[in-house]
Amino acid sequence: MFDLTPAEWTAVALSLRVSVVATAVALPFGIAIGWLLARKDFWGKALVDGIVYLPLVLPPVVTGYLLLISFGRRAPVGAFLADHFGIVFSFRWTGAALACGIMGFPLMVRPIRLALEAVDRRLEDAAATLGAGRLLVFATITLPLALPGIIAGAVMCFARALGEFGATITFVSNIPGETQTISAAIYTLLQVPDGEGPAGRLVLLAIVLALAALLISEWFARRAGLRFRGE
Amino acid sequence: MLAVDVEKKLGVFQVAARFQADGVTALFGPSGAGKTTVINMVAGLIKPDRGSIALDGTILFDAARGIDLRPNRRRIGYVFQEGRLFPHLSVRQNIDYGRWASGQPRNADEFARVVDMLDIRQLLDRRPRLLSGGERQRIAIGRALLLRPRLFLLDEPLASLDAAHKAEILPYLVRLRDEADVPMIYVSHDAAEVRRIATKVVRIDAGRVVASGGLDLLKESEA
Repeated sequence: MFDLTPAEWTAVALSLRVSVVATAVALPFGIAIGWLLARKDFWGKALVDGIVYLPLVLPPVVTGYLLLISFGRRAPVGAFLADHFGIVFSFRWTGAALACGIMGFPLMVRPIRLALEAVDRRLEDAAATLGAGRLLVFATITLPLALPGIIAGAVMCFARALGEFGATITFVSNIPGETQTISAAIYTLLQVPDGEGPAGRLVLLAIVLALAALLISEWFARRAGLRFRGE
Repeated sequence: MLAVDVEKKLGVFQVAARFQADGVTALFGPSGAGKTTVINMVAGLIKPDRGSIALDGTILFDAARGIDLRPNRRRIGYVFQEGRLFPHLSVRQNIDYGRWASGQPRNADEFARVVDMLDIRQLLDRRPRLLSGGERQRIAIGRALLLRPRLFLLDEPLASLDAAHKAEILPYLVRLRDEADVPMIYVSHDAAEVRRIATKVVRIDAGRVVASGGLDLLKESEA
């Protein structure tokens, strides 16, 4: 069924690489922001909340454009990162990962925040009386109890990253082997005559990947529910 | 010797407690009198507005001097009313948590002694979720004991249990009292329970210490 050409496999492999990197890099930030939103009250919290969810409601093209004018090779942040750390985003797969990570971030933060809110604070207090400092309490009590939600958030971000199109193509274009993900490859195939057959195969593959991500996420969400009903 | 002299305002409820405790001291009073608030301040889980708390010459809290030792540095074994076992850890990991988290070396003899004292050997590899209330409370006692605390706080450890389980746990508490050579604060509103466990009584009502002394203080409340 998935009788893909090498060029199509390249697009699939690139999509997976971009999504894995986007999710892995976004995860520590997702946990930190989720924790801040779940546990802390601070001035401007509503604003932080809004900015985190912004990519969900902005047209992806706008997000892509904003990335372009800030992380492009000559743009302020992009030039700084390139000159000091050798990290280049523009027209590279790393730029696709950045765009995908930002687009998936809201979907990642939400379940993490809910899971952290659901952790019983009294258990953290108990751990503190038993000699655990704040970091140890977080690592041995809070994080494991919130783990199903954290995994669900990571899976949602991964799925969103796999399907990202608008922000990516605006920011890093559509270069085969570098920034041409599954979505971009489908789009390109549909622009040429007789491209519908190969596009159809990629479409099927995209559906399978998205469905698998959703099922995995659902499974973890159910496990989280079971766990919190105990004790 | 624990010396407490604290004030705390929680909304309209005002707690002002001043007492000294050694041996096994019962904090005795009706529900809602502020007993749990007082021992939470001793444990470091609630910060008093004013006053000081000292344990064997170590200052745990002193508002005037700006000292507020974090709960993990106080080394106080707290047995909570509802057990508060960690649901994601096995019983063995639960009772060993305090020893591990406070950076004390593993001591197989002591572990075995505590496990036998509380008769929980057959539970070690299970998860807390499926245990009875009495079993959980025994594990909570073992967990606090293996911390090698300088003070025990027991917050109505029998309150969440039915009569049969109460009778099951009480002997273990008596054993704990006799074997652990550290002072104990035993919070309760049940005079019969206090009589079995405590040697001194601090009576609390409406957030204030109204009397402190021997077990004879229980009589007026029973009359």
